[in-house]
Amino acid sequence: MNTDVIDPGHLAGRDTESCLTKADALRDQLGSSLHDNLVAALYEEAAAIAEHATTQHGLRWSGFDQKIDRIVTSRWLGFPIMLALLTFVFWLTIKGANYPSAMIGDALFWLHDRLEAGMKAVGAPWWLTGFLVHGVYRGLAWVVAVMLPPMLIFFPIFTILEDLGYLPRVAFNLDRLFKSVGAHGKQSLTMAMGFGCNAAGVIACRVIDSPRERLIAIITNNFAPCNGRWPTLIMLASLFVAAALPPAYSALAAAGSVVGVTLFGALVMFAVSWGLSRTALKGEASTFTLELPPYRKPQILKTLYTSIIDRTLLVLWRAVVMAAPAGGLCWLLANLTFEGRSLMEIFSGWLNPFGHALGLDGVILLAYIVAIPANEIVVPTILMAYMSKGMMVELDSMAELKQVFVTHGWTPMTAVCLMLFSLLHNPCSTTIMTIFKETRSAKWTIVASLLPLIIAVIVCFAVASLWRMAAGH
Amino acid sequence: MGACGGCGSKCGKQRGVIRLGVDASRLDYLVALAGNPNTGKSTIFNALTGLKQHTGNWPGKTVTRAEGMFEHQRKRFKLIDLPGTYSLLSTTVDEEIARDFLLFGQPDVTIVVLDATCLERNLNLALQVVEITDRVVVCLNLMDEAQRKGICINDRRLSVDLGVPVVPCAARHKVGLDELVRTTHEIASGALTAHPRHVAANHGTMEAVDELVPMIQSMMPGMPSVRWVAMRLLEGDKRIRQALQTGELLQLAAALASRKVQQPQTLAQAKLVPA
Repeated sequence: MNTDVIDPGHLAGRDTESCLTKADALRDQLGSSLHDNLVAALYEEAAAIAEHATTQHGLRWSGFDQKIDRIVTSRWLGFPIMLALLTFVFWLTIKGANYPSAMIGDALFWLHDRLEAGMKAVGAPWWLTGFLVHGVYRGLAWVVAVMLPPMLIFFPIFTILEDLGYLPRVAFNLDRLFKSVGAHGKQSLTMAMGFGCNAAGVIACRVIDSPRERLIAIITNNFAPCNGRWPTLIMLASLFVAAALPPAYSALAAAGSVVGVTLFGALVMFAVSWGLSRTALKGEASTFTLELPPYRKPQILKTLYTSIIDRTLLVLWRAVVMAAPAGGLCWLLANLTFEGRSLMEIFSGWLNPFGHALGLDGVILLAYIVAIPANEIVVPTILMAYMSKGMMVELDSMAELKQVFVTHGWTPMTAVCLMLFSLLHNPCSTTIMTIFKETRSAKWTIVASLLPLIIAVIVCFAVASLWRMAAGH
Repeated sequence: MGACGGCGSKCGKQRGVIRLGVDASRLDYLVALAGNPNTGKSTIFNALTGLKQHTGNWPGKTVTRAEGMFEHQRKRFKLIDLPGTYSLLSTTVDEEIARDFLLFGQPDVTIVVLDATCLERNLNLALQVVEITDRVVVCLNLMDEAQRKGICINDRRLSVDLGVPVVPCAARHKVGLDELVRTTHEIASGALTAHPRHVAANHGTMEAVDELVPMIQSMMPGMPSVRWVAMRLLEGDKRIRQALQTGELLQLAAALASRKVQQPQTLAQAKLVPA
């Protein structure tokens, strides 16, 4: 280790100047092409050493890689392949999640009945049974039954695509679009990260050098639905889109609607990026090189392990930790009364007109307020709020889950508006904190938090109004 | 192979390596991981330190430097995972983080991770790194991929040609990491010395470098990587020239050497270059 003391103060200007003059003189002698010559020599040397050490057997795989790339990133086939693949992933998720969901639901609600009986047997007061079993446990059971199976299918497939090297191809396909709206091409990479977690996506924006383009990427990252929101979107699609169609097409239609919502999110991302780069964050898009890495054989076992441990359980744990107090809170709100009406009725009553205008209702908006710390718990909170009103529903299948929503006045319009609201609304509190850390600016953090919310309100209001007009209400 | 004996590195466990995570309480050697993007630097980093840097087939994931510790034969190593770079001559921020660290952070050993499936392009960086430091170990990673693609690499021949030790690895399967750590330790302790081959510059250029080096040294005693700086001046690198004039090159070197680098610092961030 070099232990010499370096003293910046020592620097003598005269020495520097004479040294630089000398360097210039020597450079004139050597000729201006020295840099090019050195680089050329370097490349030649690298080629010679590589050639000397390498022997190739059989067919050249790099050519094979290029052939695949020519197809998956081509102007005409790139997008259709991307959409088909995305649809296939969601189709597999929705189709595959049905059976384990029902089984897990059965098991957990069997335990629910035992718990209830057990509480009665030990003589627990009604409010304790209500709070713990009807509030907290039932909420948790729904989170696990509804969210776990899709995550177990979706996350590993997504991780395998990442491991394989497909995601950079997606970025390559989207690069042109991002540039055309005045944003950085690398924003497509940060968007792909956002599909996992928006907080991670916001940190990933560091790959963008220009502060202007980086801010655009940070502000719009929220429009890429994250791990916390995929289960909501998938569940709503399976319940309301798939169920409306004959079984043969239902899963495909549900998958298609999730893809549709994702595309809409991308569209909003482009629109907002375009708007920002024309107004508050004016400037030219900078250029960069995006390398397409070689395709690699995914490590199936490791992928399964990391996507189950690092993603599924993490998301589920976050949901459970957040959902338990939310479930308790919901039960309290539903059972504490003021002048004969429960607090839940009073609060959601206040929010109802506003919620109705957005195609939602007061309880949904209340759930979104409760769920600011974690998007994962929106649907569980809504469920707990509905179920805690004292009406006992035997919930042991997806059809009966849907029944709960329908008895509370949900229509396909409610589902569509909720999917859009979930896609567009403000980022979760973790992401907001990350945005502040990355931008060091309260102003931009507020913009990044409120802009999506405003857009969500406008879009839902427009969709609900048009829907009602079309339906003739 | 020590205790691991005949089973070699294929046993899948790194005997003798104790993963210490971020516990940097004592430090014997500083080791940098350099290489092109997406060659498996983060995978090696995770395997040796037990930390969990995000990995994936995706260039540009390591945005800033990650640091972690491991222990081998009672010596503690700090491992720095640098962002992937194609060269040290370029201008992007991540390339500068890597370059400045190699130049002025004075790692005891630099592990250059090469992708065995595209050796030629990866060697460009390796040759630039050995211009800066002799204390280099080449990790020839992704050997499993190369094999699958029918590419056979003679690592001994490569080692002779480069003049530095070459360790073939398949980091995703933890193959070769034992040997990599052992070789790194030997270079760090001086038990093994590398004699890297330098890209032949013509006689006149070498003489010019020899003339400039003492001038730079007297101007800035203790400045590391003087030959490299001299070479850049002869090439007419405006940024290095400006950095010398304002004295910020020296400040950067001082900062990196004294603190063993906590924050990513680059010439660009030190406001040497007009954006």
